[in-house]
Amino acid sequence: MKKNQQQTNEQKIYQDYAAKKEPKPPILLNCLKAFIIGGLVCTFGQLIQDFFLYNFDFNEQTAGDPTIAVLILISVLLTGFGVYDKLAQFAGAGVAVPVTGFANSMSSAAIEYRTEGYVLGVGGNMFKLAGPVIVYGTTSAFLIALIKTLWMQWGG
Amino acid sequence: MIYFWAFVVGGIICTIGQLLMDKAKLTPGHTMTTLVVSGAILDGLGLYEPLIDFAGAGATVPITSFGNSLVHGAMAEAEQRGIIGVITGIFEVTSAGISAAIIFSFLAALVFKPKG
Repeated sequence: MKKNQQQTNEQKIYQDYAAKKEPKPPILLNCLKAFIIGGLVCTFGQLIQDFFLYNFDFNEQTAGDPTIAVLILISVLLTGFGVYDKLAQFAGAGVAVPVTGFANSMSSAAIEYRTEGYVLGVGGNMFKLAGPVIVYGTTSAFLIALIKTLWMQWGG
Repeated sequence: MIYFWAFVVGGIICTIGQLLMDKAKLTPGHTMTTLVVSGAILDGLGLYEPLIDFAGAGATVPITSFGNSLVHGAMAEAEQRGIIGVITGIFEVTSAGISAAIIFSFLAALVFKPKG
């Protein structure tokens, strides 16, 4: 607060001006692209899931596993061929939020650090970007499941 | 019809992710982490499973389902084996996703060369 009061009028005008000129992300367009591409990825996932459901011995619950595995395989291949980067530039969260983005972050790190060796480079950096997701996901899931279990044993 | 809802719900979750990045200025890492924890909380409240019934892959493909599956595996095992099941069951459902991602990524690192 005090800092703001010390500013002269011109400084304030300049800061407003700079804030105006700062490039803003086209939020609406980005959201539209994320919605459509993300929706398409999920629809494609549904297609694969139905394929496994009707052609192999899976039920509604278990068909999710091979679906995720196939999506991950496709994502890793697209990453390897350098297509995923371009896709991500266009669609943003549309390809980052689905599980394919998780696979992309792992495979791109693995490929990138290959030059640093297979053990310390590939092995050590594979989870560089995906690590936080697993760490926070697991810890929060543990706490939630623990609370819920205790709740059901003693409370319910 | 499930395809339509898969598209809409999946699209909405991705839009939320985009808004977290653009509006809240979170890094992609923070966005993914937020979504995973949200998925875990939603499942803790018993809200994620109805969403999967409703939207199919629209709810299982986004990363939020990872948090959901973690809680789900832990809960399923805990119901059978008591409190220790929370630890032993936590990766039960997500095993396919995590192992596929590790194995395919490693194989990709053997085959593909980094660009640039």
